[in-house]
Amino acid sequence: MEATAEQLLWMYENMLLIREYEETMAKVYLEGKLPPHIQKGLAFDIGSGPVPGEMHLAAGQEPVAVGVCAHLRREDTVVGTHRPHHFAIAKGVPLERMTAEIFGKSEGLSRGKGGHMHLFDPEHKFSCSGIVGASLPPACGAALAAKKLGKDWVAVAFFGEGAANQGTFHESLNLAGLWKLPVVFVCEDNKWAISVDKDHSTAIRSDADRAAAYGVPGIAVGKNDALEVFKAAGEGVARARKGGGATLIEVKTDRYMGHFQGDAEAYRPKGEVSELRKTDPIPALADTLRARGMLDAAKDKAIRERVNQRVTQAFEFARRSPYPQPREALEQVFA
Amino acid sequence: MATTARKLTMAQAIAEAIGQEMERDPKVFVMGEDIGKYGGIFGATGGLLDRFGPERIMDTPISESAFIGSATGAAAEGMRPIAELMFVDFFGVCMDQIYNHLAKNTYMSGGNVRLPVVLMTAIGGGYNDAAQHSQCLYGLFAHVPGLKVVVPSNAYDAKGLMIEAIRDDNPVMYFFHKGIMGLPWMAYYEGSTTEVPQDAYTVPFGQARVAREGSDVTIVTLSQVVQKALLAAAELEKEGIRAEVIDLRTLVPLDVDTVLRSVTKTGRLLVADEDYLNFGLTGEIAALIAERLDRIALKSPVRRLGIPGVPIPYSRPLEQSVIPQVHHIADACRAMIGAKLARAA
Repeated sequence: MEATAEQLLWMYENMLLIREYEETMAKVYLEGKLPPHIQKGLAFDIGSGPVPGEMHLAAGQEPVAVGVCAHLRREDTVVGTHRPHHFAIAKGVPLERMTAEIFGKSEGLSRGKGGHMHLFDPEHKFSCSGIVGASLPPACGAALAAKKLGKDWVAVAFFGEGAANQGTFHESLNLAGLWKLPVVFVCEDNKWAISVDKDHSTAIRSDADRAAAYGVPGIAVGKNDALEVFKAAGEGVARARKGGGATLIEVKTDRYMGHFQGDAEAYRPKGEVSELRKTDPIPALADTLRARGMLDAAKDKAIRERVNQRVTQAFEFARRSPYPQPREALEQVFA
Repeated sequence: MATTARKLTMAQAIAEAIGQEMERDPKVFVMGEDIGKYGGIFGATGGLLDRFGPERIMDTPISESAFIGSATGAAAEGMRPIAELMFVDFFGVCMDQIYNHLAKNTYMSGGNVRLPVVLMTAIGGGYNDAAQHSQCLYGLFAHVPGLKVVVPSNAYDAKGLMIEAIRDDNPVMYFFHKGIMGLPWMAYYEGSTTEVPQDAYTVPFGQARVAREGSDVTIVTLSQVVQKALLAAAELEKEGIRAEVIDLRTLVPLDVDTVLRSVTKTGRLLVADEDYLNFGLTGEIAALIAERLDRIALKSPVRRLGIPGVPIPYSRPLEQSVIPQVHHIADACRAMIGAKLARAA
């Protein structure tokens, strides 16, 4: 299945949007966290500043999000991970409310209760969580509901290669295989589970090979490329919509930043990231678009300006938004 | 033999304890995520990979049931494993192996099986890590039978308790609060960094520490809250309120006598906890007193502080309001000074 011009441009613009968002967040995250305005003796204070707590950024992993979400409708479900921004953006989660949530403000998606790892947008069928491997069962559940409701909706579970060694991965694959659930399992293999690389965590080379063990087709995407992901995801989504059940896709992607912001990455070989950046998927897609006559300098400039404006507006909205009142902490435990 | 004391952070003290025991006993080894080159996300195994190599400092896949269950199996074969559960909040993915097997096999075997396992884990919030990365949960592990529960508040105790844990032939859950590890990237209470003797030493389980003496109110507490309670007590001292701070150190076994002695003296009990308020530690301590009102005269109703039945919220003002702070502790003590008891009809 070939991507249309519209889909190609959508993927390009959203990859730019994700990249600019993550790079902006990397800068903003540092506000208030560095000396001299923190506890004496500390190099960094994770709990300080306008965006406190942990931060996991997906720069480099854009192709996985856009290549899959290009096939999805609003009614299709996406369940993401602790590194959720690229999935949320590609799924259409409103940038302003998402950013306000990351800033812990009352106009955030969860009124400030969830934060960066717990973004919920039922309107766009998006959710994520901070527990590795936890995305797969709820995606199976959304797929199960679609089947029971007689809809051709599809669910997508994103997870990392580290999660593929967690029990929920194996249970979910088997369940989806057994019940022929309309779910697409997408493994982002960025090689690193914090500091442990795949060779030291996984008994086999490709998680796509695990699919056969569960009676489910597996597709290995060996390149961090939006079009390759698009092709594989197209197959999986089409299969699910037609009632053909689940697919497992593994994408070799690249994590440009640390596991979390503040991660010194001493465990990572020197020069690895700069090497990875040489095959940046965004300029690669731009080259393809230009070669097909779909992108010229003026159009590119317009896209980049639009992206910049969206990101700027989202952060300004978040900064302006008020904090919730302390008493709200006791509300919404139960509906 | 060198007995020089120098100051260590709690993280350094824990790593030192593990390193010394690993030198002494070749059967001790460590399994966990990112404990090797990374040294543990919270520094508990800092420097140990270089000293002992990957055969004894073993990075694991994200497979908690498998490697924590492996700790049980290896211990049954005579090894002395230490397993790290990165965040206590992740216990959900492996709890069966912990509470149904590790905790119960000794009993179910009529004492024939010994499981010298230390399961160490990071706890605590206050730095905006939200509902799935900020919990304490030692109350939950103390509730199910068969696990010893150790919760240090400072570096000196941390080293001694870890050595005691490793030498114990029973499963020990060891909870270290991230906000007192003395990490260079998280604000922490400096009272937790203490002088720590170079030599190996133990701190016995079931022995609470009177962290500060007082006569007006007893604050029973543990972990990072000990440090907050000490700050509150210093503040209250200026108002003429003398608070006694009891650092429980271990929940299983629990030093009931020290708590009773203190409350008998002061007549006022505040249990200050960072775990959930409901159905946990604070209720347990309050019940121990309630059962002994024939011998203990209270001057004020018992008061409890804990997280009030909500998942821990992300946003700073929300998180600060649900996790007990220094001012909550001080305010509770002040309220107890003026409180009255009901009279029997």
